[in-house]
Amino acid sequence: MELVKPEFGLLFWMLVSFSTILFLLKKFAWKPILKMLHDREESIQKALDSAEKAKEEMKALQANNERVLLEAKIERDRILKEARELKDSIIGEAKTKAQAEGEKMLAIARENINNEKMAAITELKNQVAKLSIEIAEKILREELSSQEKQKQLVKALLDDVKLN
Amino acid sequence: MPTTIKRMLLRNLFLLLSFFLFAPGLLLAGDPEDVIRDTASVVAREPEQIHENSGKFDAGKTIIEHITDAHDWHVIGHFSIPLPVIIYHPDRGLSVFSSGKFHHGENTYGGYMLKGQKIMAVQETESIPVSQATVDEAASEKVWDFSITKNVLSLFISCALLFFIFYTVAKTYQKREGLAPKGLQSLVEPLIIFVRDDIARSSIGEKHYKKFLPFLLTVFFFIWINNLLGLIPIPLIGGTNLTGNIGVTLTLAVFTFVITTISANKNYWQHVFAMPGVPVGILFLLTPIEILGVFLRPFVLMIRLFANITAGHIIALSFFSLIFIFGEMSTGLGFGVAVVSLAFTIFMTALELLVAFLQAYVFTLLSAIYFGSAVEEHHGDHH
Repeated sequence: MELVKPEFGLLFWMLVSFSTILFLLKKFAWKPILKMLHDREESIQKALDSAEKAKEEMKALQANNERVLLEAKIERDRILKEARELKDSIIGEAKTKAQAEGEKMLAIARENINNEKMAAITELKNQVAKLSIEIAEKILREELSSQEKQKQLVKALLDDVKLN
Repeated sequence: MPTTIKRMLLRNLFLLLSFFLFAPGLLLAGDPEDVIRDTASVVAREPEQIHENSGKFDAGKTIIEHITDAHDWHVIGHFSIPLPVIIYHPDRGLSVFSSGKFHHGENTYGGYMLKGQKIMAVQETESIPVSQATVDEAASEKVWDFSITKNVLSLFISCALLFFIFYTVAKTYQKREGLAPKGLQSLVEPLIIFVRDDIARSSIGEKHYKKFLPFLLTVFFFIWINNLLGLIPIPLIGGTNLTGNIGVTLTLAVFTFVITTISANKNYWQHVFAMPGVPVGILFLLTPIEILGVFLRPFVLMIRLFANITAGHIIALSFFSLIFIFGEMSTGLGFGVAVVSLAFTIFMTALELLVAFLQAYVFTLLSAIYFGSAVEEHHGDHH
């Protein structure tokens, strides 16, 4: 039964060798290897985490950008609207002002015309009166050029009075 | 309560089942007792008898010579490398000499002789043929044989190889810090991570696994490398049946047992001696089983590895022996059988490559599970 009976020598050497190799590997191999593996896994994890964080930040940044863009758009629209309103109001005001000015000028012109007209009418009236007087003078002179005629007139006048 | 009993039963059932499941080689080889008895009887034969039979091929003898330990390393034909014999005897003191002095067991030397591979004390101190020597049975009992045998030498070689591989890898890790693994490093790294994550961490738990990692990694690579070396049929490199030697597997199992026992906490012993939540009546039945289980577990570890690797060697050698058995009947038949034998051997070797890894994995995994049960925290039972 040699096969299943442990030999003392081999047991001894196995105990010595295995203890030695266990100690040596633990000190010189497993410790540094496991440490390196652990470190590497940690650094990979860290890299992954930071990548994830960067992605999050990117997303936040993008969202921010979009927000800024939207705000800018709204601002632009607001400015454009204001400008349009300003333009409309300026044009409207100018129109009103021009109209008022025009009317004022028209009124002045009309007044001037009126004044001129009045002056002209007064002038005309004076001229007509003068002319009438001259005509009347001339007619009178003509009428009263003879004695006869003067008598006749007096008579006619007297007749009128009598009738009254 | 029912869960704890169920768990206990499952564990013991698993123990038994795994023994049969992972010992297919042994079952393939037929009744293990028969194989061992037949082969052992060959070894136990007197040297003269073996000499008488040396003309004829003896498969049993060849196989058993290959799978057992020897004081010389057989290379080819009649050439073998003599190995140092180191004997301590309380009465005679220390003797160190080459095993070549025994002349393949034909001569005595310095008061000792080889009987099979066992060193026996003889009364004559001068070198004489074994047949004329008188064996001193009483003195033979006291022989302490520390010889560097074939297995011991291959143990040294494999340990040196292990140290070389992992020291180099560790240096590479330090040199290439922050870089991707390369070469040998990338070969062993997945295995190290496999042992760490899939064996240690999952069986022992996040809190304690680091303490057991050096042992688990060492035992895994020790078994695996020795299993692989055992498959290489080149002397001084491999071909020895080291992990199929009961002494080696015994030592490994003892390590597992000692580490389990030392690191065991209160909870573990409580489960062994007085399973919580189990009625006293059942405890009378359960506690002896649990105590037996404490010793049975490392015992099964020892047997499983030994049986699987030895069986693998026996099968491979049996196929080769077939060539010579048939070759003795007729040369042509020998060549004919060689083709079939070779095909089978290639197939078996491929299978053994798998077994080499599987057995290393199983031993490590079960060790880890035992460690895990030893350090398991007391967590709210009755759930």
